[in-house]
Amino acid sequence: MDMQVAKKKLGLKERYQVMTRGLDWTPSYQKMEDIYPYAAYEGIKIHDWDKWEDPFRLTMDAYWKYQAEKERKLYAIIDAYAQNNGHLNVTDARYLNAVKLFLTGISPLEYMAHRGFAHVGRQFPGAGPRVACLMQSIDEIRHAQTQIHSLSNYNKYYNGFHDFRHMLERVWYLSVPRSFFDDAVTAGPFEFMVAIGFSFEYVLTNLLFVPFVSGAAYNGDMGTMTFGFSAQSDEARHMTLGLEVIKFILEQDPDNLPIVQRWIDKWMWRGYRVLTLVGMMMDYMLPKRIMSWKEAWEVYFEENGGALFKDLARYGIRPPKWLDQISFDKDHISHQAWATFYQYGAAAAFNTWTPNDEEMDWLSQKYPNSFDKYYRPRLEYWREQAAQGKRFYNKTLPMLCQTCQIPMLFTEPGDPTKICYREVDYQGSKYHFCSDGCKEIFEYEPEKYVQAWLPVHQIYQGNCFPEGADPTAEGFDPLAEVLKYYHVEMGRDNLDFEGSEDQKNFDQWRGQATKNA
Amino acid sequence: MQIDLRTVAIKPLRQTFDHVARRIGGDKPASRYQEGTFDLQATANFQYRPTWDPEHEIFDAARTAIRMADWYAFRDPRQFYYGAYTLARAKQQDTAEANFDFVESRGLAAGLPAELTATVLKLLVPLRHVAWGANMNNASICAYGYGTAFSQPCIYHAMDQLGIAQYLTRVGLLFGDTDALDEGKRAWTADDAWQGLRRLVEDSFVVHDPFELFVVQNVVLDGLLYPLVFETIVDDVLSAGGGTAVAMLTQFMTDWFGETKKWVDATVKTAAAESAENRALLARWIVHWRDRAAAALLPVARIALGERSDEVVAEVVCQFNARLAKAGVEI
Repeated sequence: MDMQVAKKKLGLKERYQVMTRGLDWTPSYQKMEDIYPYAAYEGIKIHDWDKWEDPFRLTMDAYWKYQAEKERKLYAIIDAYAQNNGHLNVTDARYLNAVKLFLTGISPLEYMAHRGFAHVGRQFPGAGPRVACLMQSIDEIRHAQTQIHSLSNYNKYYNGFHDFRHMLERVWYLSVPRSFFDDAVTAGPFEFMVAIGFSFEYVLTNLLFVPFVSGAAYNGDMGTMTFGFSAQSDEARHMTLGLEVIKFILEQDPDNLPIVQRWIDKWMWRGYRVLTLVGMMMDYMLPKRIMSWKEAWEVYFEENGGALFKDLARYGIRPPKWLDQISFDKDHISHQAWATFYQYGAAAAFNTWTPNDEEMDWLSQKYPNSFDKYYRPRLEYWREQAAQGKRFYNKTLPMLCQTCQIPMLFTEPGDPTKICYREVDYQGSKYHFCSDGCKEIFEYEPEKYVQAWLPVHQIYQGNCFPEGADPTAEGFDPLAEVLKYYHVEMGRDNLDFEGSEDQKNFDQWRGQATKNA
Repeated sequence: MQIDLRTVAIKPLRQTFDHVARRIGGDKPASRYQEGTFDLQATANFQYRPTWDPEHEIFDAARTAIRMADWYAFRDPRQFYYGAYTLARAKQQDTAEANFDFVESRGLAAGLPAELTATVLKLLVPLRHVAWGANMNNASICAYGYGTAFSQPCIYHAMDQLGIAQYLTRVGLLFGDTDALDEGKRAWTADDAWQGLRRLVEDSFVVHDPFELFVVQNVVLDGLLYPLVFETIVDDVLSAGGGTAVAMLTQFMTDWFGETKKWVDATVKTAAAESAENRALLARWIVHWRDRAAAALLPVARIALGERSDEVVAEVVCQFNARLAKAGVEI
């Protein structure tokens, strides 16, 4: 045999480079701007895509191997959990409503992330970021599917899960997360990366994912906990990608700074508004609490995020706008949101309730500056009313913010007794906003936000009734018809937890599983 | 004998999600493929139009000229959702790894006749760029195609093609080293033999209709390239000349093509069965791109086949036509 000539030894970094960006070439039969038509219109200047530092080095063979190992474990646990009626081990059936919020509001966004990352993973002229984005794209379809598969078992036994995809495109509060993601996907590829890759995956993920997954762990929900833990190593990759994107863009050209800063301001605010739902979940929907929303914000944003923005200061990035307001509002938003859902509990696809005494005391303790003064009296009043058979349901429709699409439930910065209203006249119409942040985001791109599909406006325009409904007919019940359009089953998916089918079934089944009746 | 293990049985309220039940004819137990696929993509009440494509909604069936009454008529016969997909690929990856180990540990690459080694490098290394193009194109079909039933397999296909490009890179490193990769790229961008194919690949990058792109890449280009290179040249010609080791190193590609073409054929079949208009359009696209691809592959075939190239390419085209006829498109 011939002597083998000693080969050049490739380092890990070089090896990964020949396996990814080495595959790319400079085209000559088609122009770069035709192959990558969306790379320039946002005004971001990239001079050298080769300066991209690969945030992780995972070739496909290793990817398949690791991921398959995780899938094997995950699905074994999902199966065992289902076979064992694991759902009866959750702390109390109220907990399931947090899971409903997750499946209807978050899982479809994982799917959107999958398609969004496929889009940017095709469109960036740099081969390194394209590969990283496509890896995230395939991870995101994993997350959508593992969530659906895990929660499918809950759907078999409980209400509110049964038509989550249909609801996402119609139900009023689900337009909040939906419009958030539609906003990101319809933005240019760089903005998408700052919005989702950086602001959402890097800065805010601990405030979204951790509360749900820890909430599951605290409340005996091994189904949700397992997919959450299984996604952890994927999320770690996504976070490093998000951070690399920001640094790369900022290092490429000083002109990129103001554009990126504006996106960070916008997307932190947009993300923060979506997190209102999470805050409410943490403070009101978990029978066994992990920590309060306020504490979570302090730990995960003020401390961790503070360190991050200090680090980014060397690029000229300052912390996002409106942090003073957020800091003031952390005493309030979860209470304001839950009060809104409580009132509109007939139009939601999950059950609502007033906290019990022990829970109220927990809230007083966690929110010494606000709960007893502003929120406890109202909850106690509602509880008394309910005890007298007069459970309060608000039958009017709330005005929605044109940008975040949350009902106008937030209060003035510094004054928790006064609802905050802002408005803008644009092309002969008046647009309404919940905050200075949402107003400013609109003002920068009014042509985008005037397109918003606002659920309340759509109801008033008659677009949210089932086919064949006749609003002029005698005895027409608009709420009932809207619920039909939503596929929300009256009396099963909605209304108070007290007396709900979920409550009754859970108690009966748990009894069946633990007692000799 | 049967062992009668007892569990606490609770009667479920429903078997699956409503949107799945509507598609499988009522409330019945659904598969993970069905729950992980049906209606996952948004279809109604989009909030904003893409700033990068204001003519369309975020997901818009009008991006393609193929018309479907229901985009969930498409089915992946492999029933791949992410979990099933990664498990399948992990298994193939194990085999590929064992094959690379076998060839490396026994010095089989170094033992290949020099002429054969030269052919392997000249033929296979530039193909890593073709696979890279296929990765981009499938990302594109996944992003802009309509309906999860159609778009989902494309992200798997995109990552597969990246994997294939990486296996081909390893073949290059095994038979040569990084110089072989550089030489392969030089040939890809400059040698006459590759320019027809490179032009075709670059032209495919600007095809905007996702279904046409599916036809260009997954039906036509791969439909000719894989039978020609991996099934004919590597498995027959090179193996006969003492290059069995090469066939081991490209087993992934051969198996992969055999598996994925079931999905590709099923997709063509469903679109063709929908209407005469679809059939006519598919035939027009397929003929146009087939003729271009066959012409582009001819000089590539010559690297290994010399004078037999015309005959072999004609045979591959003939088999391709027969395959498409079975899928419902007469060309």
